[in-house]
Amino acid sequence: MASVKKKISFWQKTPIHIALVAIAFLWTLPSAGLLISSFRKRDDMLATGWWTVFQHPFELTQYHLGNYIEVLQADGMGQSFLNSLTISIPATIIPIAIATFAAYAFAWMKFPGRQLLFILVVCLLVVPLQTTLIPILRTYRDLGLSNSFLGVWLAHTGYGLPLGIYLLRNYIGALPSDLIEAAEVDGASHLQIFTKIIVPLSMPAIASFAVFQFLWVWNDLLIALVYLGGTVDVAPVTIQLTNMVGSKGQDWHVLTAGAFITMTMPLAVFFGLQRYFVRGILAGSVKS
Amino acid sequence: MEILYRLGSVLVAIAVGCGGVIGLFYLANYAINALPKPWNSRLLPWVYVSPALAILSAYLILPTIQTIYLSFFDGRSQNFVGLKNYIFAFTDPSMLVAFKNNLLWLVLVTGISVGLGLIVAVLVDKVRYEAVAKSLIFLPMSISFVGASVIWKFIYAYKPAGDDQIGLLNAIVVSLGFEPVGWLVERSVNNFALIAIMIWLYTGYCMVILSAAVKGIPEDVIEAAKIDGANSWQIFWRITVPMIRSTLLVVSTTVVILVLKVFDIVFVMTGGNQGTEVIASRMIKEMFNYRNFGRGSAIAVILLILIIPVMVSNIRRFRAQEKLR
Repeated sequence: MASVKKKISFWQKTPIHIALVAIAFLWTLPSAGLLISSFRKRDDMLATGWWTVFQHPFELTQYHLGNYIEVLQADGMGQSFLNSLTISIPATIIPIAIATFAAYAFAWMKFPGRQLLFILVVCLLVVPLQTTLIPILRTYRDLGLSNSFLGVWLAHTGYGLPLGIYLLRNYIGALPSDLIEAAEVDGASHLQIFTKIIVPLSMPAIASFAVFQFLWVWNDLLIALVYLGGTVDVAPVTIQLTNMVGSKGQDWHVLTAGAFITMTMPLAVFFGLQRYFVRGILAGSVKS
Repeated sequence: MEILYRLGSVLVAIAVGCGGVIGLFYLANYAINALPKPWNSRLLPWVYVSPALAILSAYLILPTIQTIYLSFFDGRSQNFVGLKNYIFAFTDPSMLVAFKNNLLWLVLVTGISVGLGLIVAVLVDKVRYEAVAKSLIFLPMSISFVGASVIWKFIYAYKPAGDDQIGLLNAIVVSLGFEPVGWLVERSVNNFALIAIMIWLYTGYCMVILSAAVKGIPEDVIEAAKIDGANSWQIFWRITVPMIRSTLLVVSTTVVILVLKVFDIVFVMTGGNQGTEVIASRMIKEMFNYRNFGRGSAIAVILLILIIPVMVSNIRRFRAQEKLR
C-alpha cells in the first residue's frame, strides 16, 4: 500500500488534497461552531456570529463556563445526564447477555427449528420500530410500565437484540470447532464452554455490539419520547434538549452548551473505542 | 445529598437490571441440570434461546401483527373500518406531501451520501493523513439526531435584513449581497435544509463501509489495469465500482431504511410544519397529537411494506452466505 502511495507524485495529488481538506473542513465546521459558541457570553452570541472570535482568538475574557453551569443546574441537564446513564448502561448490558447466550445456541447447539428461527432474526433486523409503538405503549399503560426505567430497558433490549444475535452468532459460529469439541470431550458442560471459551474469545464482537448499542440508546429520542412520555425526572438528555429547543429556541447560549453536553458521551466513546465502533458498523451493515 | 441519592439509585438500577438477567440464566441452567439425562440436553438449547425469543416476540413480532390488525380499525380501535385508514393514507393531501418529501429525502440522502462517501473512500486511500480525514468526516455519525438538529438550527439561524446575522449560512448569503433567507420556513428550501443534516450525518458512515470494500480490492488487479494504460477515471468506473457493487448495494439499502424511518430531525427542526412532514414523523403525529391509532397503525404498516424487499434480499444474502460455510 505504501509503495502505491509513493508512486504518484505530490503534485499530481494536489486536487485530491484540495478536495479532501475541503470536505473534512466542511464536515467539521458545524460542530466547531457549536463548541466555540457554547463558551461565548449570551449577549455576544446574540449580537455577532461565532466566527468573529477569530478576530482576536486569544482574548480569553470573551469565553466563560457560565452557559454550562446554567444548563446543568437550571435547565436540568445534570439530572438528565444521570437519567441517560441509568437508561443506557442496563439497556446495553441486558441485550448483550441475552444475545450472547442465544448466539451460542444458534451457532453450536442442535435443536429443531434452529435455521428457521435464525432467519426470523434476520427478518427482524429491519422491522421499523414504528410498527411496534402503538401496541407496546398500550400494554405498558395497562401494566404500569410507561414512564419507568424498566420499560425502556426492555424496549431497547427488544429493538437491539436482532442485531446483537446476528453479529454475535456470525462471530461465534466462526470460532474453530476443534476448540469446542475438545472441551466437550474433556467433559465440559455447555455453561462451562460458554463462560470459559466462548465469552472470552468473543470479546471483540461483544465490544463492537456494546459500543453500537450504547450509542444507539444514548442518542435515541423516539423510544424515550414514546415510553417515558417526557416526564422530567426520568427524561434522558435527548428529550431535555428537545424540550429546550421548544421552550428556549433563541437562547443560543444554553442550547449550544446543552447540545454539547449530550454529545460528550458519544464523542468520548467515538474517540476511545472507534476501532470497535467501526468494526460493529462493518459487521452489522444490514441493520436499519 | 440529592446528587448522592441520585447516583446511588442509578447504581442500584444498573446492578439490578444487569445482575437480574445474568442471574436468571444461571438459575435456569441449574434447574435444567437437575432434570434426568435425556431431558436436560434437549431442553438446554431452549434455556439459551428462549429469553431472546420471548423478548423478540413481545417487542417486535406480536406488536407488528397487532399493528397490522389495528390498522383496519378506527382511531380508538373499536370499530372495524376496512381500508379506510389506507385510503386516507394514500389520498389525504397532508399524507401526499409526506410521501413526496420522503421520496425527495430518499433520492437526495441516498444519492449524495453514498456518492460522496464513495468518492471520499477512494480519494482517502491515496493520502497519508487518511485516519484523520476519515475520523473528521465520520464523527457526526456518533452525534444524536437531536444534537445534530441543534447544530444545524444554529447554522440556519435567521435575523431580519440589516441585523448582524448569527447563523453561518445567512452570514455568507448576506456578505454575498443577498437578502437573508428563513431556511426552515421558506417552503422552497426548508426540505433541502433538513436533508442536508442527514447527509452530513451519514456520509461518514457510507465512507467507512465503502472504504473497507475499496481496500479489499486486490492490488494486482489495479496494477494490471495501470500497466494496460488505464487512467484513474477508468480504474474507478471499470474496476472499483464493479468490484464493490454488492457493498454499494448494502450501504444504499441501509441508508434507504434509515431515511424511511427518519423522524427526529423533522420533529426537532420544524415539527413537520411548513410542508416538511415525512412518513415517520406523520405517524407519530397521528399517534400522539391526534390519538388516532388506526391511522397511525396504517402509516406504520406502509413503512413496513416499503421495507419488505430489503428483508427478502437480506434472507437471500444470508442463505448464500450459509452455503459458503
